[in-house]
Amino acid sequence: MDAIYGIPILGLVIQFVVYLVEAFPVLAPTIVAAATPIALGALCGFMNERSGVVNIGIEGMMLTAAFVAWWTASVAAQLVPDLRLAVFGITLPLLIGLTAAIVAAMLVSAVHAWLSISVRADQIISGTIINIFAVAITGYLNLLISQQSPPSAGSFQALRLPSAIEDIPVVGWLVDAFITVGPIGLSMLISVIVLQVLLFRSRWGLRTRAVGEHPKAAETVGIDVIRLRYRNVILGGAFAGLAGAYLTIEFGSAFQGEMTAGRGFIALAALIFGRWTPIGALGAALLFTTSIGLERSIRFAPPEGQLGELLTAVPLQFYSALPYLITIIVLAGVVGRSLAPAAVGKPYERESKAA
Amino acid sequence: MTGPAAPAAPAEGAPRRRSLVERVRAVALLPAIAIGLALVIGGIVIILSSPLIRGFDLALPLVAYRALAEGAFGSVNAVVNTLVNATPLVLAGLAVGIGFKAGLFNIGAQGQFLLGALSATVAAIALNDASPWVAIPLSLLAGMAGGLAWGFIPGFLKAFTGAHEVVTTIMLNFVAIHLVAGVISGPLRGAEVTFARTDDFAAAGLPLLIGRNGHLGLLFALVAVPLAWWIIYRSTVGFEIRTVGANPDAARYAGMHPRWITILTMSACGLLAGLAGAGEILGEVGYMPASYGTTVGFDAIAVALLGRAHPIGILFAGLLFGAMQAGAGLMQVQAGVPAQMVGLLQAIILFFLAAELIVRQVLRVRTGDGELVPELQTVSQSYGDQASR
Repeated sequence: MDAIYGIPILGLVIQFVVYLVEAFPVLAPTIVAAATPIALGALCGFMNERSGVVNIGIEGMMLTAAFVAWWTASVAAQLVPDLRLAVFGITLPLLIGLTAAIVAAMLVSAVHAWLSISVRADQIISGTIINIFAVAITGYLNLLISQQSPPSAGSFQALRLPSAIEDIPVVGWLVDAFITVGPIGLSMLISVIVLQVLLFRSRWGLRTRAVGEHPKAAETVGIDVIRLRYRNVILGGAFAGLAGAYLTIEFGSAFQGEMTAGRGFIALAALIFGRWTPIGALGAALLFTTSIGLERSIRFAPPEGQLGELLTAVPLQFYSALPYLITIIVLAGVVGRSLAPAAVGKPYERESKAA
Repeated sequence: MTGPAAPAAPAEGAPRRRSLVERVRAVALLPAIAIGLALVIGGIVIILSSPLIRGFDLALPLVAYRALAEGAFGSVNAVVNTLVNATPLVLAGLAVGIGFKAGLFNIGAQGQFLLGALSATVAAIALNDASPWVAIPLSLLAGMAGGLAWGFIPGFLKAFTGAHEVVTTIMLNFVAIHLVAGVISGPLRGAEVTFARTDDFAAAGLPLLIGRNGHLGLLFALVAVPLAWWIIYRSTVGFEIRTVGANPDAARYAGMHPRWITILTMSACGLLAGLAGAGEILGEVGYMPASYGTTVGFDAIAVALLGRAHPIGILFAGLLFGAMQAGAGLMQVQAGVPAQMVGLLQAIILFFLAAELIVRQVLRVRTGDGELVPELQTVSQSYGDQASR
């Protein structure tokens, strides 16, 4: 009996794979674009948690940065000359907006670092404060500023490559999705690779892992735990800054209240699902946004026949909830196990102070 | 709670019992300082942003705060509105605060609130033609059950797999959002509505008791606060919850079962947040939208912290935030200060509470009580301990 029932199911699976393969090159640029702020946010979480600090405030840091990027770029567009570079559609106001966003997110990170490391306050409360603060302050200022309808500074443009490259099969659509993107999108890919290498191949990476797993041992071999944590947490803010700026001066060109819409929390999920590594987090972010992209694809162009009926019978919201469900499953250790760095969440006290 | 202490001088040598005034001062001084500092900093933000409102104005904070107070307490309807806003905050605040007592950080009050609202909706729609005497209690029970289920899951996962509740509850919040959207825009979508929502509830809508919108749900918070206090501080289960929160290992050696306490506490938290959601949707909204924009579950974290995880404290903290939400509209209309100022005040209050050590040092405050919520130590420090289970 199994064999008889098995064949149609196998047929459906093959149909589904064919559907995915056909839809993927078309969907790939949107999937990567959606994954970019999530992967950048996850890098922020990576810098924090690998050195032993919980960060659930990524969402708030991204939102703050998104607002600051849009606002300062808009103000700068009224004040400074509109110098334009040949690549990426870079203008002076956009550069000012990007810098301001990074600085703003690093400042918020510095507050998180101070509360978590020096004050030894609860790190989850610190993240909660950042999230509440960001929604309130950006909503407050946005309401006041948007009344005066400020001009938009536009957004960064995607890199243009000779069309010959895009015509190569497979490599073509990979390049199309990952390389022919704006400067922040490109910086995401570079950051992921660089951080992955640094984590496992550099002195900084070894020290960071030591501080995140066993700070006492790290201190005894002469690593300044407090200083390294401060540095990593504040530097991590820069990635949240890039993620926020991506939303308002690269992917889009306007700010809306609460526009991060949970991306900071998906970033946290991607970090966990990717087992606290940059490459893993990027992979998880891509998997998550594929699930969300699939929802759209099935809604607008469902596959034909039995498979189409089956896929549209599932409520489409299920595909959006899937990333969160699989994160819970992975965290619970049902399929594979994802373990946090051992010292995450524990404030560090120097021996001499504790004695 | 005992009555006011007798004014008689304490016997020589006997440990002096602290008077009620002293005890209130010890507990409430730091939160009061945090609120005061937040109002000052909020005022500075209002002054700095006043050029964007109606020209630079040093007196604008006073105008704004006066409108805020008037909107919260200026009339009978305003007071009722404050109570209506405070009710879900108090219930969800208890859902977070009781979790703190067991050393659990329930960030999932938001999801439990939504599941409570959704389950109550399902029952309310199914019982549309029944008598209100049947429909109301059953819908409320359904809401509590839905919230309970959404609290049970992270409790179970924490107890038996070690998956940290902070992450699982955040994930479940988002699953809840999509679940509500799927059910309401799908099978439960109303026949006579223009956007994705259910039809208005017929039989299960909570009756009005007082004022323009003072519905039956107000009583739930009034009952839940003393009940929660009794359970935490006077019952055996409450003792076990507090012991597990203070030191899970000691609780285990004493023969308690931290795993079951974890599951029980998270389920109870879910039940309370679910009741908040059910009361809100049946009493205040009157139908269920597919995308229910609410921040009750997150504000509840602020309420629980400001109330120092004590039911009475949570009642006052909920009333304060409820009043600020009720007055925010009038502040925006009269003073032109955006209603988001309320969220900003919340964040600043929390900031000073989190940095209490610094606040104590700088202001040289001496109070008898130690940390804000001592059990919190157990919470985030366990974040990386999943391997050891």
